Amino acid sequence: MLTLKCPYCGVDAEETELHAEGEAHLKRFGPGSSDDDFESYLFMRENPKGVHFERWRHQSGCGKFFHAARCTMTLQVFGTYPAQTLEPPQDIKDKISATYPGWSWREFQ
Amino acid sequence: MSNVVSALAGVSHAGFAKIEETGLNGMITVRGDLGSSEMAAAVKAATGASVPAIRKIAAGDKGRVAWMSPDELLVIVAYDDVADTMAALNDGLSGVHALVANVSDARAVFRISGDNTREVLAKVSPVDLSSEAFGAGDFRRSRIAQVAAAFWMNDDNSFEVVCFRSVAQYVFDVLRVSSDKGGEVGFFS
Repeated sequence: MLTLKCPYCGVDAEETELHAEGEAHLKRFGPGSSDDDFESYLFMRENPKGVHFERWRHQSGCGKFFHAARCTMTLQVFGTYPAQTLEPPQDIKDKISATYPGWSWREFQ
Repeated sequence: MSNVVSALAGVSHAGFAKIEETGLNGMITVRGDLGSSEMAAAVKAATGASVPAIRKIAAGDKGRVAWMSPDELLVIVAYDDVADTMAALNDGLSGVHALVANVSDARAVFRISGDNTREVLAKVSPVDLSSEAFGAGDFRRSRIAQVAAAFWMNDDNSFEVVCFRSVAQYVFDVLRVSSDKGGEVGFFS
């Protein structure tokens, strides 16, 4: 079972206490944006076999959204970090690089 | 004025541990910047307690204060004192961005006392309830079976469980089954 540490309340929460909230680091394209940008914002999602960045919510707990970096193939969790970030923290990127040298995900590597 | 009643009118069950509804409790949700001096002063004035540390419940002479999330507290006082406590909190937080809401009648509270109280909760909640991980004064928001709940441990090894009033019967039934005689596991003893 997936266990993620909530960066807000410090609990090692297991999957049943959490809710998956889709992909992390989406950039919103709202009114005034081009149709292509709006379409990709709404519908286009990463579905990798390997390193992935997700948003989770500590639903049965403090109720906060946070981000998690994990491998969809091995279920290895590289770390969790607060949602108020535009890109993954360097220490989490380093951890991923240690396991998967040369990884990339969207614009991050 | 109408006659206020708690969700299950003080129902109780005696298994290997005792489950009882504690009746009317005053509960106030406070949201705001927990680290601010205004919050510390307001909570102190209203309850006598200081702002609790993360996942803790603090006790004062007028009530208890529990850590619900990085920006939320639950203040627990006597049911009749809610108006005074609200006034004190609102006074103290008047100059800052904060919320004080009376949720007393939206909640139900149960006490689990007796033997193997940890076991009653450990069977129905995904929380590490070993004595190393969870002790008196610890507070945890989690779930009980399929519904949201929060609980804390008292000095006498009893637990108090807070849930929404609408699921009070469900939570009582789950705790009743979990504490039935013959269901002792003895994992924590």
